[in-house]
Amino acid sequence: MTSGYSAWSLLRGAVGGHRHWPPAWPAVEPKSRYDVIVVGGGGHGLATAYYLAKNHGLRNVAVVERGWIGGGNTGRNTTIVRSNYLYPESARLYDFSLKLYEGLGKDLDFNIMLSQRGLLMLAHSRHDLDAMSRWANAMRMNGIEVNLLDRAAVANLVPALDLSPRARLPVIGGFLQPRGGTARHDAVAWGYARAAAALGVDIIQNCEVRAFLKDGARVTGVETSRGRIQAVRVGIAAAGHSSVLAGLAGFRLPVTSYALQALVTEPIKPALDTVVISPGTGAYISQSDKGGMVIGAMLDLFPSYAQRGSFAVLQAILASTLEMFPSFSRLKMLRHWAGIVDVVHDSSPIIGPTPVPGLYINCGWGTGGFKAIPVGGWTLAHVLATGENHPLAEAFQLERFVTGRLVDEAAASGIAH
Amino acid sequence: MLRIRCIHCGPRDENEFVCGGTSHLTRPPLGASDGEWAEYLFFRDNPKGLHLERWRHAQGCGAWFNLARHTVTHEILAVYPITERPPAIVERTPPSAEGSR
Ligand SMILES: Cc1cc2nc3c(=O)[nH]c(=O)nc-3n(C[C@H](O)[C@H](O)[C@H](O)COP(=O)(O)OP(=O)(O)OC[C@H]3O[C@@H](n4cnc5c(N)ncnc54)[C@H](O)[C@@H]3O)c2cc1C
Ligand SMILES: [Zn+2]
Repeated sequence: MTSGYSAWSLLRGAVGGHRHWPPAWPAVEPKSRYDVIVVGGGGHGLATAYYLAKNHGLRNVAVVERGWIGGGNTGRNTTIVRSNYLYPESARLYDFSLKLYEGLGKDLDFNIMLSQRGLLMLAHSRHDLDAMSRWANAMRMNGIEVNLLDRAAVANLVPALDLSPRARLPVIGGFLQPRGGTARHDAVAWGYARAAAALGVDIIQNCEVRAFLKDGARVTGVETSRGRIQAVRVGIAAAGHSSVLAGLAGFRLPVTSYALQALVTEPIKPALDTVVISPGTGAYISQSDKGGMVIGAMLDLFPSYAQRGSFAVLQAILASTLEMFPSFSRLKMLRHWAGIVDVVHDSSPIIGPTPVPGLYINCGWGTGGFKAIPVGGWTLAHVLATGENHPLAEAFQLERFVTGRLVDEAAASGIAH
Repeated sequence: MLRIRCIHCGPRDENEFVCGGTSHLTRPPLGASDGEWAEYLFFRDNPKGLHLERWRHAQGCGAWFNLARHTVTHEILAVYPITERPPAIVERTPPSAEGSR
């Protein structure tokens, strides 16, 4: 069914006018029973299915997605990958993910267009700089390369930045994670879907979970818009809709759903070859391989399931972007959109069992779970297959909200990224 | 942009306000268990539908008040003082009338 992708297959395709390419994964009808059902066909759900098959040999697996795969936040994010977190638990988790990304194109036989162009965090004040020195030191202690930069080094790296003393938001330094960068979000979803399907996983789109089947307290399957499907275990990876699914299963989460927005300009010639994040102003920007300036915002800070951003935030984010990059002021905006993100109080994920036997969850990535798709899938697959938490996920359990052992990454993820 | 009707100042733009999260949460007694504290501090219904929430007119008169707002349409169904229960019409609307659509 799936053929290998290579320069040779491209050449062969060219000869036939590119008309013979088979679908990357087949459209299938749901079976009546699976070993594992994963709810949500975003990156985390698809990666979970792939690693269930690849790492644990479970092939009787389905991903059920109410819309189309990658139609949620996985296809709406600003594609930034990095591992510049503060605490050792988080550094381990996110760096494992970045390492998986580094080998993912090859592993999936799908070009995810990973571009480790470097990620620059800007300091606009002495306080920013002090906090960043501490942050960078923590990263080094966690074995993650990072370079502190002074103003001249920042100027050298990003000539388009307004570094004049008159700048409304003066830049006095920053730090660079050289391994940070971007990857193509759709390709991550499609690559995992194709590789999972090749191992026997069913990818079922247009299939909404509307209720959980239960035997006593235990979940035994899902009631969907395409009928009942039984399962031994069920995993949820539904991002902004995590609370809705938890509600269907009869428990609550420490999650609030917010809209997070982004926009992209018309394509222009290469002008920015790093990712630039300004935590102080809430704006961040990178140039896509197509040439568009991809600009991300901070959250619209009121609960929302609307998938549309507030104009007030859009205005603020464009103002601060243009203060930093005055030369971008003539660019036309092509598209503007929002996704619904699942925010928890400590900005860290939840990956493990739920209070309902047979039901497991991966959520709470909030504004920053694209970079974590490989590790989110890896660790949710582990607990679904073995019933034991993966060591990397041990610190990220639901009960931390009861014990008080939070992993507060507000600084590392206080902005969308 | 939301237009929010402050109880003192009338309709104003969203960026003059801050949202303070879910309303009508009752602080548990000091002797409450860790689980009860966790429910109070962290766990939320997070409904897709009607949400009762606190807002403050931060860039205006400074007042706190309550909104009954739909989290999908963003329609504001009621504005009522911070110490009051929601109006009866709102109490009768089921929180997730939208289901999981
Ligand atoms: C504007 C924006 C910018 C962002 N930028 C970045 C960034 O630069 N870097 C970064 O690391 N992260 C970023 N993020 C966050 C990142 O996109 C998410 O954390 C990540 O994509 C979550 O992946 P997921 O697979 O969990 O969720 P999703 O991709 O949202 O997938 C969840 C899926 O569940 C489905 N679903 C929901 N309910 C049901 C149901 N009842 N039945 C069946 N299916 C259901 C949905 O349709 C959806 O497809 C950004 C997010 C946004 C919105
Ligand atoms: Zn007022």
